[in-house]
Amino acid sequence: MTSSPPIELVCPAGSLPALKTAVDHGADCVYLGFKDATNARNFSGLNFDPAQMREGVAYAHGRGRKVLLALNTYPQVAHFGDWTAAIDRAAELGIDAVIMADPGLMAYAAKTHPQLRLHLSVQGSATSYEAINWYHERFGIQRAVLPRVLAMAQVESVIANTPVEIEVFGFGGLCVMVEGRCALSAYATGESPNCNGACSPGKYVRWEDTPRGMETRLNGILIDRFAEGERAGYPTLCKGRFEVNDETYYALEEPTSLNTLELLPELARIGIRAIKIEGRQRSPAYVAQVTRVWRAALDRLKSGGAEAFSVQPAWMAELNKVSEGQSHTLGAYYRPWK
Amino acid sequence: MKLALGPLLYYWPRQSVLEFYAGIAEGAADSVYLGETVCSRRHELRLEDWLEVAAMLAEAGKEVVLSSQGLIESESDLKTLRRIVGQARFRVEANDMGAVRLLTEHGVRDWVAGPTLNVFNPATLALLQEGGATRWAVAPEMSGAALAELRAHAATPIETEVFAYGRLPLAHSARCFTARHFNLQKDTCEFRCLSIMDGIALRTREGEPFLTLNGVQTQSARVHNLLGDLDAVRPHAELLRISPQGAHTAEILALFRRALDGALAPAEALAASRPLMVEDPCNGFWHGRAGAEQYVAAA
Repeated sequence: MTSSPPIELVCPAGSLPALKTAVDHGADCVYLGFKDATNARNFSGLNFDPAQMREGVAYAHGRGRKVLLALNTYPQVAHFGDWTAAIDRAAELGIDAVIMADPGLMAYAAKTHPQLRLHLSVQGSATSYEAINWYHERFGIQRAVLPRVLAMAQVESVIANTPVEIEVFGFGGLCVMVEGRCALSAYATGESPNCNGACSPGKYVRWEDTPRGMETRLNGILIDRFAEGERAGYPTLCKGRFEVNDETYYALEEPTSLNTLELLPELARIGIRAIKIEGRQRSPAYVAQVTRVWRAALDRLKSGGAEAFSVQPAWMAELNKVSEGQSHTLGAYYRPWK
Repeated sequence: MKLALGPLLYYWPRQSVLEFYAGIAEGAADSVYLGETVCSRRHELRLEDWLEVAAMLAEAGKEVVLSSQGLIESESDLKTLRRIVGQARFRVEANDMGAVRLLTEHGVRDWVAGPTLNVFNPATLALLQEGGATRWAVAPEMSGAALAELRAHAATPIETEVFAYGRLPLAHSARCFTARHFNLQKDTCEFRCLSIMDGIALRTREGEPFLTLNGVQTQSARVHNLLGDLDAVRPHAELLRISPQGAHTAEILALFRRALDGALAPAEALAASRPLMVEDPCNGFWHGRAGAEQYVAAA
């Protein structure tokens, strides 16, 4: 048996309490963002100012954990300097790696801070080893986060053909579209994950109690309508119910979460280096629950090996409690999902 | 200003495709993008067939560009990509960074940076230019103001193509929404998207047209149309991209030509295009607004 390095557990931190919670519950790395449009979870009340980030880095480093900074939106001319300043600040704060999508920014980081470790964000939409190797050759990226579109054999092929470490999403909100290639939110609201760091932003959301039921709108567009007793979900626009040829259904995706816990032995076998948990917009309680379960699963895999690994019903029960729509899917790893 | 016909985003029967391009050979487009960019399962035309169409169009005096697939998933996708990059006759549009790497590796010096590459600042544009990009097709999501600013700051000017007409390609997925609609899996989709000439309409529960299902691609319901904005667009683009639709594409191209030549005022051209459109127009992206809006600046 080869002694491959253990899989790192990468957990979300939308706030200092969430960061401490993730570290306390066994995250190997936490990822976070500044309080501005430089990252893809630019929601009000979320993220870190420099002082909080300094404290967070000290907390994590003091316990032997790493801190990754997401700078994964695409800056335009007028604000390019804000993004490069964020890179400078990351280097100064002792951030362990910066997660980026924009090649222009990566060029800046590689040139200005050659010691700074670079990860390719899922927003970079790199789905093949040819694409990933381009970023490696140009900027020396050391890790890439794969979009949630590939089947297991395709992920395996990527790993076999690149020197770059591969990180995949393990749990959390599921983008049904290729990350970095989705302008649905921009079409509906003018704001997109790529350019503004937010999908279906809260300021465009309206909840209306009507005689027809609870209606959720995004910039005036009806995303869903809920009958009495139905739980009304947030109007993320790809997770609404729409009419297609006189049939009303979740035409793009149900409100559901990705959960790949049962694939863990397989992911380990093909050489995944890190598992990412989605959810910087979620509460510290969510972070605690999800981190605890995944830590336990990874530890079980490490101590018992792949053959002895089985998903504990209690783990799934815990995760389902915090899943969107209280349900989960294997996403693109499961062929019928496509 | 030149007119470019974008790649055919829908799946039409072979004979319809061949007839369509025979018509285009006679029409107003200066440049024609060819190839399957949406779904690798679509096979009415194989690469050899596209190359034949390309030769026919080149013969008719059109510039031909071969577009690469937007979402590369499998080794077989990469194989097709390598063949597109490896052919020497026609220019290539790179629609993902894998294509960029292969083109650069091959020493190709005159490729097109496609609209899915997320070029939003001069630093990224310069990297692609160093790698051999000589034309840039702008992401439809980018506003006119942002485009003007980027061009003003570009170290080396680049021929720029703006998406000027057609349903907006908004997103790509591993999931096929057409197969899902018919309760089929992608692997056994029965090619249900074949012959749905303009995709499947998705409406809100109030019956408002919102999106269009086109296999693994999701498009806008409304037709992005910059005919009324031509005076504002003109200083910032060398080419305008018209996206093929089920009917009237040649007439749309001709309208753009007449408007660009000054034979029709932009407002008249926009009005004349309305009966040729499959849905109401929108232009919000150009104006830095929600893409679905039809924005008319106050006089």
